[in-house]
Amino acid sequence: MFIIFTHLADWLAFTLLGLAPSSKLGEAVHFFIEDTTKIFFLLIVMIYFIALIRASLNIEKVRDYLAEKNRFIGYFMGSIFGAITPFCSCSSIPVFLGFTSGGIPVGITMSFLLTSPLINEVAILLLLSLVGWKIMLVYVLAGLSVGIAGGIFLDLIHAEKLLQPFALKAYQSATPIVSIDSSRPKLSYKDRHAFAKQELLDILSRVWKWVFIGVGLGAALHGFLPVSWVEANLGSGQWWSVPLSVFLGIPLYSNATGVIPIMESLITKGLPVGTTLAFCMSTVAVSFPEFILLKQVMTWRLLAIIIMLLLTSFTVIGWVLNAIN
Amino acid sequence: MKEIQVLGSGCAKCIKTAELIQSVAAECNIPVNVVKESNPEVIMSYGVMTTPAVVIENALKHSGSIPNRKKVESWLK
Repeated sequence: MFIIFTHLADWLAFTLLGLAPSSKLGEAVHFFIEDTTKIFFLLIVMIYFIALIRASLNIEKVRDYLAEKNRFIGYFMGSIFGAITPFCSCSSIPVFLGFTSGGIPVGITMSFLLTSPLINEVAILLLLSLVGWKIMLVYVLAGLSVGIAGGIFLDLIHAEKLLQPFALKAYQSATPIVSIDSSRPKLSYKDRHAFAKQELLDILSRVWKWVFIGVGLGAALHGFLPVSWVEANLGSGQWWSVPLSVFLGIPLYSNATGVIPIMESLITKGLPVGTTLAFCMSTVAVSFPEFILLKQVMTWRLLAIIIMLLLTSFTVIGWVLNAIN
Repeated sequence: MKEIQVLGSGCAKCIKTAELIQSVAAECNIPVNVVKESNPEVIMSYGVMTTPAVVIENALKHSGSIPNRKKVESWLK
């Protein structure tokens, strides 16, 4: 069904603009048109329908659910919920404190918060349509593993001792959560529509610029970066290319929407899958502005541990995937 | 004078919420004192996990989004 966007791009780039299909500029413009139209179409349709379904899922429900679960199911479910719960990164501090003061271990809370930027419906959708289901599946499994393993590790080292004093106190004096959610009325179709419309506008207003930046860079790489250069310099032969790409991803801050078109372009140029995924995860998950926010509830030491944990796991994932391929 | 707090980490939506309450209050000629509260400890004490949230005279009225105009009017009257 996505072939229609290829035809549209053919027509706009080659017929209307008169660019030669084999020229560098022609290839880049074609890539740009095909991807932006496809991405916006998918975003609008899918965000709306997914939001209709998950209108009744909210953060309070997730907390009540996680508070009742045993630890090991907790890490797993924490990561899953991190992936599917509608959640704005500007709420990460209140969510962290809400979970902690409800007695949920820091590791499980972090499973939730680490997976949240990595996996969401927009990312899954774009991966599926731009790079195919196999890489999408690998990306999702890698993202969940980072969340689960990260959470378990943080509880093993008793990360709660490295919280800010007031947050630690809230955790230690946690009282069982009184669920206020059961009293909420059931959602009518009208409520769901209102929620879905709001979600759609929210997400679009947040990501539209990333689509253009991401696809723009992807298109430039697609048209102008020679395959031979990638193979010679960034092929899987060099062990250091994975940690290097993880470090390059740190200062580049984007969200999944912006980075996936770049992935698409790099993979078709012959960049190994492991290196590409490691770069993307680092770009999406490690952003300094958000880490600085977490400083309000954590000590610098814990923040540094979490950043190292993320960088190490992305590197390991990259190496393993390159080795398998 | 109604004491109104807008809880949130200073994101765009929190600022818009505070502005909305100010403008509705001005239209209805109701004296209010709107304060933006970004201290995480205070936000936690109200049990709020999604921001922006609105607290009027120490009671939590709303959380998770920019409230609509009708809602704001109903709080002020």
